[in-house]
Order: sequence, then structure tokens, then C-alpha cells
Amino acid sequence: MPNSPPSSPASLTGSLIRERRLALGLRQGDVAQAVGISASYLNLIEHNRRRVGAEVLERLAGVLGTETAILSEGAGGALIDDLRAAASTAPGEKPELDRIEDFAGRFPGWAAVLAAQHHRAAQLERAVGALNDRLTHDPHLSASLHEVLSALASVRSTAAILADTEDIEPDWRERFHQNLHQDSERLAAGAEALVAYLDGSDTAVDTGLAAPQEEVEGWLAARGWQLAELEQPEGLAQLLTEVAGLASAAARSLAADFLRQAAAEAQNLPDAALRAALARGEDDPAVLARDTGLSVLAVMRRIALLPGSVAGLVICDASGTLLFRKPVDGFALPRFGAACPLWPLFAALARPMTPLVARVEPAGRAARVFRTLSICETRLPQGFAGPELREAAMLILPDDAPRGVGPVLAIGSSCRICPRGRCPARREPSILAEAGTAAGVQ
Amino acid sequence: MTARVLLIEDEPNISEAIRFILSRDGCDVTALADGTGALDAVRAAMPDLVILDLMLPGLSGLEILIQLRADPTTQSLPVMMLTAKGQGRDREAAERAGASHFMTKPFSNDDMRAAVRALTQG
Repeated sequence: MPNSPPSSPASLTGSLIRERRLALGLRQGDVAQAVGISASYLNLIEHNRRRVGAEVLERLAGVLGTETAILSEGAGGALIDDLRAAASTAPGEKPELDRIEDFAGRFPGWAAVLAAQHHRAAQLERAVGALNDRLTHDPHLSASLHEVLSALASVRSTAAILADTEDIEPDWRERFHQNLHQDSERLAAGAEALVAYLDGSDTAVDTGLAAPQEEVEGWLAARGWQLAELEQPEGLAQLLTEVAGLASAAARSLAADFLRQAAAEAQNLPDAALRAALARGEDDPAVLARDTGLSVLAVMRRIALLPGSVAGLVICDASGTLLFRKPVDGFALPRFGAACPLWPLFAALARPMTPLVARVEPAGRAARVFRTLSICETRLPQGFAGPELREAAMLILPDDAPRGVGPVLAIGSSCRICPRGRCPARREPSILAEAGTAAGVQ
Repeated sequence: MTARVLLIEDEPNISEAIRFILSRDGCDVTALADGTGALDAVRAAMPDLVILDLMLPGLSGLEILIQLRADPTTQSLPVMMLTAKGQGRDREAAERAGASHFMTKPFSNDDMRAAVRALTQG
């Protein structure tokens, strides 16, 4: 007996045949006659009450001007699985699981939308859970999540109405289809805005400030990260007056301490002297530190705050908490939570006064390589009797070396928003889709 | 007897979906899109149930609830609050203010129908 393709499953295929026939405006009897079967048998097939054999299916495909695969496969198994998963996460909804293939067959486009929304909803609900405790502190995040949840609520109710209401009037169906489309767009935009926010793409000033450190960094960002006034006799007093206008007392205090430190460092290494040294190619912070009496970390801060500087800078304490973040395009710095443990900054933190140079490639759409210089310094503010305090800094510079030269460390921003799926240092799952790139030295 | 429901929800698509499922379930649903005229509307209609979104333009859902509970003519009126995940503190405040029931967005249509039946038939 020759091998013949197996019969197609009764459900789904029948609906697809019926849908195709109606779309072509053909009568059931005419199609049945052309195929060589009775109209009543075709009727049973179309209502998924009879399995359709391979030969009949082939003849049907010929008459209906399509491929057998399209009639027999239609919506894939993955779509059916997704719809089942969507149904299982709808407590109390009790959708008709026995008609799931019928639904997917009759409305393949909307079934795909529902499955995609289910995936998106699951992803966003995870994000909502993780970020729940931030809501009362962060008005922007609260508003963004409310927007997403509202769209989600509408999508869920509307999709359930379309799936469950068999006798829905055409006007209502049309209206709900439009609503579903509208809310899908809104959901997508809301999700993108949330990710952009978590990624630090929005400026702190625009998005509502959550912490004093962010407020200070927002103020610095608004000034273009430069404090040229510190070179003038009254500059410090002028800037102190400016930061007195910051919203929180904690931010005002942090900003004032930062300015006094920056003023002292600017006295030892003024902008003009630093600019001249850099122009001569003397850009090694350790050498500049030796020549000026500043610490290496202070020189790094001077380089990052030099007007027009393209250098980024991150400073952390012994706990790994980021104390200062000057971002640079293509190198996202986390606004909340712990940073990527693979940053050379943290390797330096474990080895005080050991300079560390590393080329890194942060995760992102436009892959860019940066040269980083990291160092950790220790202090004994209470002498031998007190604790040793550590501060590590990582200067982030553009990398001029051609690609493929030397090792490049693949890093991220923070696990939660890092797409590097197989990273060995991952602490928790990401809310972003996996890029499938393993972190580590490439 | 047909239950009369006053729905105060500013999201038009959510409002439309709720109106549809409750109307199909035999309710007579009137919808408002903001909180400003809500108190007058409740007092004029004296519905069997008020469904009130927590976050509304004009007067917030919580403020409306507090005023309804302070008025002897509306203090025992069933009020279902629509909340979103993450509004824990507001929800606690609404609970203290005397909300009859909470429905968390995104909700299932069956849960909504069941809650409305319970609140209007009790």
C-alpha cells in the first residue's frame, strides 16, 4: 500500500475549508460536486464532524484554489498552545476549550492577536509584580503602569466578549474589533515607554524623580554635566545657590557636598590645564593624579565633568551601590537596583588600587564598544580604629580600536532589563526578550 | 427585576465592555466618564449598584465613595470599586471608607458578572 499523507484533524481543517469557500462566494453543493463528494458530507466536514482524508483534502484545495497545507495546518500548534495557555490563566472565565481550534480556524488573525496579548500580558504582569513596591515612590512609573493595566483590562474583557458571544451583533463586533486594535496599540506603546523608562532613556527631570541622587544627577544632566562656574571666584557660591532650589533637603545636601568636592578638585586641576594635558595625549588618570596630587578617582571625575567631555563615569561604594552615574550614549546605567555584576567596576572594587583596563560591549540595539578604566580607592576616615571605606570608579571612554582586536567583555545594564539570555552572571529573569547572546568575553 | 447600575469609568473601552456584558446579563447600565457630576448622578438615579473607578478625572473614586458614605441617603448603597494592581494604598483607603467590593483590573468578565449579581440580588 503506497504511503499516503495522514488524514487531517477534523476540527480546524473543516472551519478553514468553510471559511475559504465562503470567502470565494462558492456554494457548498457546487464545491461538493466538483470534489466528488455529497453536499451533506462536505457539510459534516465543514462543521468539523468528519475527518477529511488526504485525497479529498487535495481535491478540495484544488477547487478552492489553495494549498492543502494551508487548509490542514492553518493556525499552527503553537498558536493553539498559546490560546490554551491564555485560557488557563483566565480564572473563572471558562472559555470553550473544546472549540479552541474552531475559534483559531475561523478567526486566525484575532486568535494570533489574543495569543500575542497573552504573552505580552504575562510579561507585563511580571514587570508589575516586580515593580509594585516602587509605585508609591515614583509617580511616573505609577502612571505608566496604570496606563498599561487599563489597556490590558480592556483587551482582556473585549477579547473575552468576542470569543464568548456567539450571537454578537455585527455593529458591536466591529466596534469591539476596533477597540481591541486601539488597545493593542496602546499596550504596545505603554510597554515600550516602560522599558525606555527602566532603561534610563528618559531624563530624570522629565520623568519624575524618585531619589535624592537622581535629583542631583537630573540637575547635572540639565547642565550638560559641566560646572565651568567653579573656575570663577564666586562660582561655588553661585552653584550652591542654584542647588538650594532642588526639591528635597537630601538632594540639596548631596549636591552641596558634591559641589564642594568638585570645587576643591578643580583648583588642583583646572579645566584649562586638564584640557591642555589631554590635547598632549596625557590622558592617563594615574599619571595626571601623580602630577596634580589628586587621587586617581578625583582625576576621573575631573575628566568626566570637563565641559564637552564625552566620557561617562560610574562610582560605587563597597556595597556596590552606585553613588554617581554620568551616562554615555550606548551604555545604559540602571536607575534602580543593582548593576550588571560583570562591569569591570566591580572587579576593581575587589582589588583596591589595582588599575583595570577593559573593553566592554553593553547590550543594546546598536552594539558599541567602550574602553573602561577602573580603580578602587580606600579611606580610613576614623584612622586604624575605624572601618575601611572603599570607593570604586569606572571611567567610560569611546573605543577607537578596530573591532576584532583584543577581548571585549559582553556586559549589560541590570539583569531585569538585560536581553542577554544565557548570561552566566544572571541574577533574575529579564523582562525583555532574550537576544540569545551569552555574556562573557567574546 | 432589572438591576440598575451606574458605571463611573473614564476609560471608554473598558466602560463599553462592562456596559455590554452587564446589559447582556439583564442590567440597565448608565455610564459616566468622570467624577465631576458623579455625586449628583448617583443621588438623582439612586441605582442598585455603583461601579466606581478609583482613578478618575475631576473627583477621584475615593472622594466620591467618602461623600456617598457620609450622606444618609446613599450610605448603604452598594459600591464596587475598580482598582488596578499596584494601587494597594488607595485600595486600603477605599476599604476603610466602606467600599462594598473590589474588582482588580484586568478582571475576568465572569467575575464581574458574578460580583454584580451578588451585589444587586443581596
